Amino acid sequence: MPGASAPYDGPVRFSVAVEVSLRPGIADPQGATIERALPALGFEGVDGVRVGKSIRFSIDAPDEHAARLRVQELCDRFLTNPVIEDAEIRVEQGALA
Amino acid sequence: MTIGVVLFPGSNCERDAIEAVTALGGEADVLWHGEDSLRGADAVIVPGGFAHGDYLRPGAIARFSPVMGAVAKFAADGGPVVGICNGFQVLTEAGLLPGALQKNRGLKFLCTTVQLRVETAHSVLTSEATVGEILRIPINHFEGNYTCSAETLAELRGDDRVVLRYVDNPNGSVDDIAGICNAGRNVVGLMPHPERAGNALLGSEDGVPLLRSLLVAAGA
Repeated sequence: MPGASAPYDGPVRFSVAVEVSLRPGIADPQGATIERALPALGFEGVDGVRVGKSIRFSIDAPDEHAARLRVQELCDRFLTNPVIEDAEIRVEQGALA
Repeated sequence: MTIGVVLFPGSNCERDAIEAVTALGGEADVLWHGEDSLRGADAVIVPGGFAHGDYLRPGAIARFSPVMGAVAKFAADGGPVVGICNGFQVLTEAGLLPGALQKNRGLKFLCTTVQLRVETAHSVLTSEATVGEILRIPINHFEGNYTCSAETLAELRGDDRVVLRYVDNPNGSVDDIAGICNAGRNVVGLMPHPERAGNALLGSEDGVPLLRSLLVAAGA
């Protein structure tokens, strides 16, 4: 059919990984405690320890852009507290590499 | 007058709140989190505990409970709302109060009695207290380290919205903050537990002026 776009096969499944970390400047007592413990275990020269969390899930969306928008909204409204946390989002079609 | 006490799955201080309110001559009504009504309550207490298991973050899931829509509307209309401990965390997550509560500086769960200084009598929780008065009130939390942006802190200080400060900061809270109020001064959040300091037999009755303030606000 002239002018027709590719046939729409329904939503695509995307794998999502969200890494939640404390914003710069927000104290990280867990990271600081781990860092202080390292020399006692023989690990010298390690610094900048920060503790966050990783959240993984799947999402159905028409395309990757739409999937990213939904995940961003999910992060802003629920998965992170923007006062103290940032989110880094990975979205890939199929299984995450 | 009736004080509505919100009950989430995982709340564990609702009985203390009910007991303390009743001992002062008020009536208390338990508001199940799944109902989107305050059933005519004249004031609301969001009590302590571990609402929805504190999964993800304290208060993160509780803010989506149906009752919170009714609490937000009540607060917007000027109704008195007090969040205690986990309730304070819920109110910040719900956006009814600014800032956030993060893990205590020392990474220890704190269960002790602290001294609080009343910083303003201009709030629904402190109208019957005296500025400068020192109150002995229990704390019982792991995530009570109040933090906020520099702009928010300047606003809280400039508008006299820091309601209570720790005399000896136990958890790393910015500016020794133990409790704050919203711009309307009708929503207050605090980490310490005034409902556990309602009788000398419990070790302190210094929570009485705070709870009495709430009852006064409820009757207004």
